[in-house]
Amino acid sequence: MTHTDISRRTAPPVTEPPRASVTAPERRSARRGWSPRRRRDFLIFLAFAAPNLLLIAVFTYLPLLNNIYYSTLDWTLGSPDAAVVGLGNYVTFFTSDDAPRVLGTTAVFMLFTVGGSMALGLLVALALNTKARGTTFARAAVFAPYVLSGVGVGLVWLFIFDPGYGVLSWIFRSFGAKSPEWINDPQLALVMVIVVYVWKNLGYCAVVFLAGLQSLPTEVMEAASLDGANGVRRFLSISLPLLSPTTFFLLITTMLSSLQAFDLIRIMTPLGNGTSTLIYEAYLQAFGAYNRAGYSAAISVVLFAILLVVTVLQLRFVEKKVHYA
Amino acid sequence: MSTAVTPAPVAAPDTAFSRKNLLATLSAGYVPLVLATLVVVLPLLWMVLNSFKQPSEIVTTQLQFLPQAPTLDNYQAAMTTVPFGRFFANSLIVTAVGSTVKVVLAILTAYALVFVDFPFKNVVFVLILVALMVPAQVSILPNYILIAGMGGKNTLWGIILPGLGTAFGTFLLRQHFLTLPKSILEAAELDGAGHWRRLWRVVAPVSLPSIATVALVTVVSEWNDYIWPLIITDKPESMTLPVGLTLLQNTESNGAGWGILMAGSVLVILPILVVFAMLQRYIVAGLTQGSVTG
Repeated sequence: MTHTDISRRTAPPVTEPPRASVTAPERRSARRGWSPRRRRDFLIFLAFAAPNLLLIAVFTYLPLLNNIYYSTLDWTLGSPDAAVVGLGNYVTFFTSDDAPRVLGTTAVFMLFTVGGSMALGLLVALALNTKARGTTFARAAVFAPYVLSGVGVGLVWLFIFDPGYGVLSWIFRSFGAKSPEWINDPQLALVMVIVVYVWKNLGYCAVVFLAGLQSLPTEVMEAASLDGANGVRRFLSISLPLLSPTTFFLLITTMLSSLQAFDLIRIMTPLGNGTSTLIYEAYLQAFGAYNRAGYSAAISVVLFAILLVVTVLQLRFVEKKVHYA
Repeated sequence: MSTAVTPAPVAAPDTAFSRKNLLATLSAGYVPLVLATLVVVLPLLWMVLNSFKQPSEIVTTQLQFLPQAPTLDNYQAAMTTVPFGRFFANSLIVTAVGSTVKVVLAILTAYALVFVDFPFKNVVFVLILVALMVPAQVSILPNYILIAGMGGKNTLWGIILPGLGTAFGTFLLRQHFLTLPKSILEAAELDGAGHWRRLWRVVAPVSLPSIATVALVTVVSEWNDYIWPLIITDKPESMTLPVGLTLLQNTESNGAGWGILMAGSVLVILPILVVFAMLQRYIVAGLTQGSVTG
């Protein structure tokens, strides 16, 4: 697709309606290199785009700068006084127990949510990639959790995991075992949140993988199958390598959304006991019990830096292969 | 992965309906499909079933699958312990106003980026692309300080305002507008139609599927939005449904409260599930944009 032909087009002077005379303002602007038409288009552009651009500037770009500024302060949220501490908050974070704990939790959460939703998503995509009746319904059903409220989904699963009255506790009991304390045990709490996150997001991976599978050239598959390659062999040596752009795209997008996961963690483990990822720690520090605004901002900046690295990776390696324009 | 598309000439051909073939089709086709669907559907079904159960059927060691005497008590309890009607109304207002403004802004910006001549258009587009990659989560503290300073705490406009700028909608509609044939606009231009008329009479009507996609994805994300409304509200009167559900969770933390919490979850999840069931084609397309290789 040629994606910049219209946007780079310059004003076609030929279609300009003939004018009776050259007016004074036109001569003035012509001297500056701006024809009245260009100036009019400029104003129209502003009228159409300015409200949105202004909102993006104030609520997306300005906060990035403010975050960096706040991160240099020793400041209790709500207090009128703040002391400039420079990189103090960062030093505190990286030299205290917080950094290994929070970064470790973030890494484990990201590794298992990305790996889990991609692996299971691929399996589901393979199951969906048939001509069997009902695939349309199954595809929609599998995708559905991705669009549902994380708060609602989190509560439903919290009930399922409930050690006293949940379905899982009943299954454990029917095997004569006792239900683990999913919420109180920090490690199990992390497992629980990862499971639910994968459940909610694997449909997205499945649908994207399915689109990738269906765009594979059928001739290659047929040739391989004539050569006697079985299904598993065809999948491993043809489908999987050909899917690599899709796989890489999903790897990046699921990494980015995993780093931003908040709803499930907040609703299932409000205290963040064992589940405090960067985003959740930043929330807890500012809006939990501590009101440490400066420290929270520093953690947000660390998170943003990581997101930036992932995004740059995406731009460097995927731009050519992924269909953006 | 259908194994029956091209019959391999070497292998002994099975008749189409032989038992071996049927078994293979079932195990390769239906069993995984049904399994995947069940994994998704069962937890949601469990939520619905339990929302109609009485506490005695939930607080029990014997698993009761179906409610023995279906009751609406949980819904009533959810509505009375917290102002659920108010949460619902707030969510409706926030979603309706927020989505409408965002869609209109997206259409206007995308039109300007594609059809209006402006020297720094590509710079503007890159700025929007970058904004697309900045998650709202890293901006919550500065935005909280900004909005709270403007007196927007516990107000609906305070919930709506910071999210109004739309990079996603602009991006998606720009990509669509670029595919429109220039000829349709040139005809309108020759008829003397200005940009405003060209947008609403020509470009918007032929772009309805894309606009619907943006609108639906926006509605879903506004309805589900959690972190920002959670931070900017602490009074029930201004809470949206997901935040209200958190409030309900705090008041119903014993085992008997699960039925009430499931009723609350149904009220949050069901509207989006219905919208999704009806219009999933648009929503799936919108959310998986950019993933198609080419």
